[in-house]
Parts: sequence; C-alpha cells; structure tokens
Amino acid sequence: MDARAKLLDLAAFLDRVDRSSGSDDHRIRGLRLALKVLSEGNKNRVEEILNQWSDPTIEPSEKSDTKSATGVWPKL
Amino acid sequence: MRYIEPHGHMVSRTTDDYKAMALAGCAAICEPAFWAGFDRKSADGFYDYFCQLTQHEPARAQKLGIPHYSWLCINPKESEDMGLAREVLALIPEFLNAPNVLGIGEIGLNKNTKNELNILEAHIDLAAKHNQLILVHTPHLEDKRKGTRLILEALKNNPKIEPHRVIIDHVEEHTFKEVIDQGFWAGITLYPESKASPQRAIDMVETISAQRVWLNSACDWGHSDPLSVPKTALEMKRRGHSVQAIDNLIFGNPVQFLSQSKKFIRPEVI
Repeated sequence: MDARAKLLDLAAFLDRVDRSSGSDDHRIRGLRLALKVLSEGNKNRVEEILNQWSDPTIEPSEKSDTKSATGVWPKL
Repeated sequence: MRYIEPHGHMVSRTTDDYKAMALAGCAAICEPAFWAGFDRKSADGFYDYFCQLTQHEPARAQKLGIPHYSWLCINPKESEDMGLAREVLALIPEFLNAPNVLGIGEIGLNKNTKNELNILEAHIDLAAKHNQLILVHTPHLEDKRKGTRLILEALKNNPKIEPHRVIIDHVEEHTFKEVIDQGFWAGITLYPESKASPQRAIDMVETISAQRVWLNSACDWGHSDPLSVPKTALEMKRRGHSVQAIDNLIFGNPVQFLSQSKKFIRPEVI
C-alpha cells in the first residue's frame, strides 16, 4: 500500500505538471529520466537514479551563486 | 532499547524533544557544529556558539540524564568567506580541551567550491595537529557524489589522517561503498525528504555494510525527526533482524567509533 500511494502521488504530480504552462526544467527532466530506470531490470535502481542526478564533473568550482542544491544537476 | 544519537543539532530542538529521546532509550547525544540557517557576521558569533556547545547544551541535556558531546568547526556553508573562516579556525584550539569535545566537525563541502575545499584542508590540518577525531558532512543531493570524492581525496592527501578515526556522514546508495572500501566510517542520516528513509537505510545496511556505520537523525531546525534512529530500529525488528544486530548498529557501532576519543564514556543505560 505504501508503494502504491507513493506511485499515485508521483503520477498526480506529473499530471499537474502537464496541466501547467511552461517547459520542463532540469528537475522534471531528471524525474522523467528516472522513471525509465524504474521499469528496467537493474537491481540497483536507487544508486542508478542518484548517479544519474549527480554532478558528473570532477574539479572544484570557482564559486557558487547559491548555498542550496535542487535535487538534480542543473545541466542535465 | 538503547541507542546513541551521534549527530543531533540540539540547540535547535525543544526540551520536549530531549524528553522524548530519553524515553526512547537515547543514552548519549553528539552535536556537531553547523550552519544556523543564516550566515554569522563575525567570529564573535562563533565564539558564543562554541560556548553554547561546550557549556550550556551539555547542562541542558544533563537535566534529562543524557550525556552530551560536541564537535567544533565552521560549517562549509559559511566557508566561502575565507577571512572569517580562518578567524573561526583560530578560535577552535581554545575549546578542544573542553570535557565534552570529541573532535572537529562537521567539516566538509557544500557546493564543492575552491574556497570550501581550502577551508576543509585547514580543518583537516587542525585535526591532525591536535590528534582529533573528524566528523565529515558530505554535500546535499546532486552535489554529494562529487563532494564525497573531493573530501576523500583531501583526507587521503594528509598523511597524518587515519581513516578509521574519520566518519563520513550523510552517505547514500551511491557513496556508501566507496567510503567503506577506503577504510573510513560511514554515517547514514535519516531525513523525511532529502536523505535516507528508515527503509532505505536498512536496505543499505543489509546490502553494503553493517560494520563501520552508524545511523543518525541529524535533527536540526529543518525537516527532521529526533526519533528517527529508534524508528529505524523498529523497521529492523519488523524485518526480523536479531536484537543483537539492532543493538550493534544503533549502540555498539557508535560506541566503538566514539570511544577512540578518551573523553567519550560508554554510557550507562537503565
């Protein structure tokens, strides 16, 4: 029941996004990419999704304009 | 049930939270220095905060019969201002002899910038110089994997640092194994939204490692639950883990790591 409720909440969220105006930002793009991972046979889905959303660069950045993270690498 | 809360920001919690934790079996609390939700404007603000962590908060916890320990640093969220950060670093040695200070923490990175990394290295040097344990904060969300790798590299670059005396906190499925494989301890933080749930935490313990790992609530002023460690113990029990395995994870493991500081006293429990 717990997984069912979470899946329906996610479906409802995507329905609301689709009813709104504007285009997907990086967070929605990240969610849509992750949905594909859920239906595949990989046994490490959480790890794969977290890696997919991660900043893939290696070097420290010069400076940051913000203190916060958004959940998905903005350049995804 | 007996457990240690090895990472709780109790200055932001109520006395009712302390009471609930005591009733749930909390035998000791460790409080790393962190970000107050706003940037402090001067080193004086940190001086007062360190006094709070080493004098006032232990007394507050003692009213509920809970031993309180602390870790000191300037949090990576305030490390971008390197001038201020160095002033704060200079204050820390004065507090290291306080009876409840276990080490340097929670140091680390937030947005993985050069300034943050510079101040992280200065903290690592300070810990090495004073033979202190280290508690590391790894960045949030999309910054975690990169930040964890930069942090591990910085720690390994200092020849005086022994991995078994360092805990890398807030690991998730994509960083846990790397931390354990390199000889460090790992902390799993239980948050309602942005870190691990009780279910995911126990999945990781079952599939990656039950050794050199602790659970914590990192309860602070944001979305967090000071009872998340005992709630996760119940999830373990529901899955059929033995009482001994649960006790090892929520009491034995943190006692093992923290006992590397002579100031940590294995707590008595009712």
